[in-house]
Amino acid sequence: MERRDTRDYAVWSIAIALVLLFALIPVVWLLSISLKPPSEVTDGRFIPASFSLDNYKSLFEGGFSNSPFIKPLINSILIALITTVIAITLASFTAYAIARLEFPGKRLILAGALAIAMFPPISTVGPLFDMWRALGLYDTYPGLIIPYLTFSLPLAIYVLVAFFREIPWDLEEAAQVDGATPFQAFRKVILPLAAPGVFTAAILVFIFAWNDFVFSISLTSSDASRTVPAALAFFTGESSFTEPTGSIAAAAIVVTIPIIVFVLFFQRRIVAGLTAGAVKG
Amino acid sequence: MEANAQKAPARISSRTRSERKLAWMLCAPAVIAMLAVTAYPIGYAIVLSLQKLDLRFPELTEFIGLGNYGTVLSSELWWTDIFNTLFIMAISVAIELVLGMALALVMHRAIFGRGLVRTAVLIPYGIITVVAAFAWQFAFAPDTGFVNHLPLISEEMDWFGGRFSSFAVIILAEVWKTTPFMALLLLAGLVTIDSQLYEAARVDGASAWQRFTRITLPLMKPAILVALLFRTLDGFRIFDTIFIMTRGAQDTESVSILGYNQLISRLNLGLGSAVSVLIFFCVFIIAFIFVKGFGVKVDEGRAG
Amino acid sequence: MSEIVLDGVTKVFDDGYEAVKDMNLDIGDGEFMILVGPSGCGKSTALRMIAGLEDISSGELKIDDEVVNDRSPKDRDIAMVFQNYALYPHMTVRENMGFALKLAKVDKEEIDRKVSDAAATLDLTKHLDRRPANLSGGQRQRVAMGRAIVRDPKVFLMDEPLSNLDAKLRVQMRTEVARLQSDLKTTMVYVTHDQTEAMTLGDRVAVMRAGVLQQVGSPGDLYSRPRNLFVAGFIGSPAMNFMIGQIDGGKLKLPIGEVDAAGVAGAEHDGRVIVGIRPQNFEDATIVGEAKEERGIIFEADIDLLESLGSDLYAYFHVETEGIQSDQLADLVASRLEETGAAGLREGQEQVVARLEPTSEVRRGQKAQLWADTAKLHLFDAESGERLGE
Repeated sequence: MERRDTRDYAVWSIAIALVLLFALIPVVWLLSISLKPPSEVTDGRFIPASFSLDNYKSLFEGGFSNSPFIKPLINSILIALITTVIAITLASFTAYAIARLEFPGKRLILAGALAIAMFPPISTVGPLFDMWRALGLYDTYPGLIIPYLTFSLPLAIYVLVAFFREIPWDLEEAAQVDGATPFQAFRKVILPLAAPGVFTAAILVFIFAWNDFVFSISLTSSDASRTVPAALAFFTGESSFTEPTGSIAAAAIVVTIPIIVFVLFFQRRIVAGLTAGAVKG
Repeated sequence: MEANAQKAPARISSRTRSERKLAWMLCAPAVIAMLAVTAYPIGYAIVLSLQKLDLRFPELTEFIGLGNYGTVLSSELWWTDIFNTLFIMAISVAIELVLGMALALVMHRAIFGRGLVRTAVLIPYGIITVVAAFAWQFAFAPDTGFVNHLPLISEEMDWFGGRFSSFAVIILAEVWKTTPFMALLLLAGLVTIDSQLYEAARVDGASAWQRFTRITLPLMKPAILVALLFRTLDGFRIFDTIFIMTRGAQDTESVSILGYNQLISRLNLGLGSAVSVLIFFCVFIIAFIFVKGFGVKVDEGRAG
Repeated sequence: MSEIVLDGVTKVFDDGYEAVKDMNLDIGDGEFMILVGPSGCGKSTALRMIAGLEDISSGELKIDDEVVNDRSPKDRDIAMVFQNYALYPHMTVRENMGFALKLAKVDKEEIDRKVSDAAATLDLTKHLDRRPANLSGGQRQRVAMGRAIVRDPKVFLMDEPLSNLDAKLRVQMRTEVARLQSDLKTTMVYVTHDQTEAMTLGDRVAVMRAGVLQQVGSPGDLYSRPRNLFVAGFIGSPAMNFMIGQIDGGKLKLPIGEVDAAGVAGAEHDGRVIVGIRPQNFEDATIVGEAKEERGIIFEADIDLLESLGSDLYAYFHVETEGIQSDQLADLVASRLEETGAAGLREGQEQVVARLEPTSEVRRGQKAQLWADTAKLHLFDAESGERLGE
């Protein structure tokens, strides 16, 4: 028995090591490139021969107006945050109605949301490009926030419905018997209990908006609203003869580290959110 | 009693009616937001696709019926791109299923380090697809990359110089980025299986492999199908990774890249919209096959 | 004073299901009223209508002579204990108990005082600052009660409050509930499916079946004079035994013997009646004193099974009798089968349970002389299942 346990531990240790290796190699690799001095970026070594922060410095060089990175970073953060706030607000209303109220059209909304989750974004890019230019939304924040809302709402609704359903009905009834109005019951009992779900949905929506590339390169034309993924694709080197590899790696690390920290702290919630309502047989 | 019986349904329906009204009011903003950027644009795309419309030559705009569809469907490029897309999609989803299942089993049965594994697995999910694509591109690039310095791999290997070697790297990047999502969906299915079933099967003399094939797989079928549906459709939309790695060079273009090139690079809205509509129909057909053919059921309505 | 009157109260759900049918019930001020019945009988729906959580389809509900049909729960001055307690998981015990008072804008000191008082009564003082998740089942149950008590409401409503407790704790809490009610003297409506709980707790018990009120009365009343087969079979543990009897020329013929039936009137249907006899009204014939022997019959039975509980001895035997067909009993069959496990019976046999003195020498698989107290027979109409006689 003793022996068996030791062997089990050995097998699991190897399995876990493999998983960690699989997950972390690209991140470590980017970190390694970003820390190489620009002259050694192309040396192909997995571990830098010497360390330097030059790649990071070049990112922020020229300050707000000339740096190729600062404005896109601000755009990314603001656009993702605004999308998150609006999406979560709208999705909370809808999810509450779906989880708690009886009305015709409920199944239609859920089915429609699901259909949208599977919708190919590229199919809307052309018409949006044309419409946005006509409406003056091309290359603006709202021009990106609106499509992000559309495509993140289904996810947010599904996650929130799953969480709202978890809250026992009788708590709301108990609050009513305790003398609460329906709104008080919602605000003092349902909302605090749904907070973890709301937070989870918010993380997922944020990651979605943060990750988008298709809309960002199609519906923007300048740093006015271009987000980091699209900006990375347009990075240029110091001169037209040098590849921007080092700066891309540094920029990638800057936008990745916060996400990793986030994931570290909230992995339980993210897992719950990603799997909520997805599998019910 | 008569009067009461008459009155009864009226009272119920008034409460029901106010409940419905509230529900619709709560749902309206989200529904409008969702339709605004899907239903309307796809309708608009259909209209655009029926016209000869090139923003560089707006004066040549005219209605040409299904002409753009004819152009797209008779072009070799479209069919090459369809092949590329389906090829990358099929291979990466297949690998993801196997790897995802393995990961799910590791997370489910882990005797220690479960949180560690779960966090590690979520890192690819959280990382921007474009960033991941750059990381793998740099790793395989002949000048910057470390891959060609690994044993068994030729130093001269030009990964992005050939079609299928490019596919290999693209698929690797896709698999790396999306296996976690697959694994988590499968894990959710795995945890719903009553562990007593395994104990019963053990008592009945089933080996570990038999327990996996006779209990785990059949009971996980719904979860597997849902995960496959999501990932297949997602895979069909592949854009970011190819755009970063090859931009479609060496015949590696996907249909989404084709659409982008027509719409945004060439500003040919008519032709590009025809491509968009065709992609939409492909996605529709894939979803239809899954739902009707495999009987995928996705959660709907109030549970219980 | 707070009196509750249900006048022809009916509940029809949107899908057409009639959960409560024309229910008439007067619950007096300070009375402890139990609604009891098998699951799905409408007892919880009735309670939820009193609470205002369910619309009343027709009929009138009055609390203190005021019609409250259209009043929302918060305006009815009621407190309710839910089956799953419905404790707010994000609040401490103190906050849970004070929530209603806070909503009613009672000042803070007053809330503190009332919560402390209630907590002291329920032995919760030590746990006031804990969250429900950190409490045991019994403690949660007491918090739910405490939340109701601090309100000092007109009416307490309890929806199977003890059903989630284990057997031992349930008995303990049962006495606690009884003590509380007699201390507070607040009107209480208590729903349960457990007839033992109903019999031990209530001032009066209302038995329901399929949405219809069957009988209302004191526990003793229900036990000794059940109005129909359903009540007879539902109340009492182990359940009453039933067999077919034939009234013929002033005699009642039973599978276990013949009884003088001069007093029985209204024997229709060719004199066929359903006869009920409680397990307690049997005895080992060798133990019964002579005085008693005179008002009963002695018969021979094959003992199929014996169960000794120490204080009691249950003997199972069967009698040859035609099948008893009654909707009222059919409703009870499921639960009775569980209790008695009447397996292995041929058609035309009914299982009978007799409670004997533990000193009895009866043996399994042997014949035994048993005595039945014929003064305690219950007679029911074979068709309607209604009680015959007084």
